[in-house]
Amino acid sequence: MTSNASLVRRLLLVCVAMFGFGFAMVPLYDVFCRITGINGKTEGVAAAQPAGVDLSREVSVEFLARSDAGMPWTFVPLTERVRIHPGDLQIVEFEVANRSGEALVATAVPSVSPGEAARYFKKIECFCFEEQALAAGETRSMPVQFYIDPALPERFRNMTLSYRLYKSAHTASR
Amino acid sequence: MSTEQTGALHPGEHLDHEHKPRGITRWLYSTNHKDIGTLYLLFSLAMLFIGGSLAMVIRAELFQPGLQFVDPHFFNQMTTVHGLVMVFGAVMPAFVGLANWMVPLMIGAPDMALPRVNNWSFWILPCAFAILLSTLFMEGGAPAAGWTFYAPLSTTYSSDSTAFFVLAVHLMGVSSIMGAINIIVTIFNMRAPGMTWMKLPLFVWTWLITAFLLIAVMPVLAGVVTMVLTDKYFGTSFFDAAGGGDPVMFQHIFWFFGHPEVYIMILPAFGIISAIIPTFARKPLFGYESMVVATASIAILSFLVWGHHMFTVGMPVAAELFFMYATMLIAVPTGVKVFNWVATMWRGSMTFEVPMMFALAFIVLFTIGGLSGLMLAITPADFQYQDTYFVVAHFHYVLVTGAVFGIIAGVYYWLPKWTGVMYSERLAQTHFWCSLVSVNILFFPMHFVGLAGMPRRIPDYALQFADLNALMSIGGLLFGLSQLLFVWGVVRCMRGVGDKASDRVWEGAQGLEWEIPSPAPYHTFETPPVVK
Repeated sequence: MTSNASLVRRLLLVCVAMFGFGFAMVPLYDVFCRITGINGKTEGVAAAQPAGVDLSREVSVEFLARSDAGMPWTFVPLTERVRIHPGDLQIVEFEVANRSGEALVATAVPSVSPGEAARYFKKIECFCFEEQALAAGETRSMPVQFYIDPALPERFRNMTLSYRLYKSAHTASR
Repeated sequence: MSTEQTGALHPGEHLDHEHKPRGITRWLYSTNHKDIGTLYLLFSLAMLFIGGSLAMVIRAELFQPGLQFVDPHFFNQMTTVHGLVMVFGAVMPAFVGLANWMVPLMIGAPDMALPRVNNWSFWILPCAFAILLSTLFMEGGAPAAGWTFYAPLSTTYSSDSTAFFVLAVHLMGVSSIMGAINIIVTIFNMRAPGMTWMKLPLFVWTWLITAFLLIAVMPVLAGVVTMVLTDKYFGTSFFDAAGGGDPVMFQHIFWFFGHPEVYIMILPAFGIISAIIPTFARKPLFGYESMVVATASIAILSFLVWGHHMFTVGMPVAAELFFMYATMLIAVPTGVKVFNWVATMWRGSMTFEVPMMFALAFIVLFTIGGLSGLMLAITPADFQYQDTYFVVAHFHYVLVTGAVFGIIAGVYYWLPKWTGVMYSERLAQTHFWCSLVSVNILFFPMHFVGLAGMPRRIPDYALQFADLNALMSIGGLLFGLSQLLFVWGVVRCMRGVGDKASDRVWEGAQGLEWEIPSPAPYHTFETPPVVK
């Protein structure tokens, strides 16, 4: 039989471990989503150049842009849809206009749908890789250069790249 | 550790023969498992009425379509605080109270293993609920994000009282964890000689497993409320996509706690029913070992099914199928239990005293709640049921006619042992029948309006739901009033009004708790009994 004190110590240890596990779920969640690619998150860093082009098929890519609720800017894609071969390099532009009278820093968070296709969406250059400082009243067009990995499974024919523009956490007073 | 009552003794104070301290300090300083059990049960009864009053505000608003009494924000506060009070204030403390009273008596222990921890774990609770309920009177109101407090409702869009809510949940968690550790240590270390594992009464087994669930998931709840706190006040972005977080992750962490939590609220009730059915069927429990295994299986499976609460947030088909099948698998051990109870009654010499009536109602109505749970587990169907009154019907059948009926059955069953007098059978039968009819008027129509598309947590609804909603509100009022009969019956016994109860109380009762006198003396089993 274990003494009361040592049993209590062990049970408390379980509690501490489970408290830690709650927080460990945060990185685990990201890792799990990255491995399985189920969250529609794309890589936050630039991809390598495409290896080749798959001319046998085309994929339709649509673009969406949304501003976070109540933010004083407009944010739109200048191209609504492209049809490209996997492996083709493509540049599309998004336009943001700061309608307020003060400088703002914005962060764009991308999401690809369907989520399982996100890992085949390769961005070589993207305005979402860094924060965008906007002067008062400034309008800017921001490019994203990407290609679709030719390894994309056949069942994906349509993809959507969506951005949501947030006030950057660094300047925001939440 | 000492089990003697020393803290509250003052020099010159008159002591009765049981060395029971007098006055308020008896309760404030108590380390006696029976006193603390009583405190827990009375606290839980008070919370039942507070939570019930909040529910009546909801039902009053929903009595007719349109907005009558409260504005939508206050309505949201009502649904939120009602859920929190009932889950953490009424159901869980009631089970801890029953465990405090009965576990030492059932295993032949003189008290809980950690009596001072026991005192703390109770007295933290009134503080926690004073904090939670005080938010109702604050500017901006109480938390209104639902008892599940999904981000960003609880972070970006919540009122300033969120900090109080988080502190209250932390205190409830600390209290639950201390209570759970105490119960585990008691069951591990304080069993009477000869009380081997497979001789433990099933109530003790179910509580042991529940206690392990508590120490596994209450810290996860503490973690998730801490993240809500830092997201709201300290600029972290656990659940904020702007900072790289993910609001869906909140639901994953919350339901990793939340699903085992629902079994925390039902497993001890299974234990109570497993004690009552054999007594009134006058047969030993059918399939004791399978009951233990089934309880443990339910507990283990409960960690693997959290995703069924979030089918509609977007999940790959493979994950939805996994959570669907894992959820349905839980029906197997649960079915084992239901069939064992029925088999126990098979050809038994049954009598229908009130504890048995509540136990029988439990079996039937809990099974209805379990079946609607299976319907909700069907992923494609869940897309229609999600966030409708069908879900409300489901969890009120398992929690009210399941957990609460189980608790009431247990209270009637052990009340004569606690107080030494029999409750009034006629009063209790009236309470039973009023409760049974009104609870079904209250919750059964929710299935229909839910399937027809009435959303939950909305203060208004489409006109075609008006008649059934009026009916449900009447049922709610009747159910609430019926519980006053329960209070009357309990208070009568506490004041010693009624026939003297025998030591065994029930003809068919088995177990150590029936070997001691009624009412149970202040100190019991100071010399451990020998279990053969």
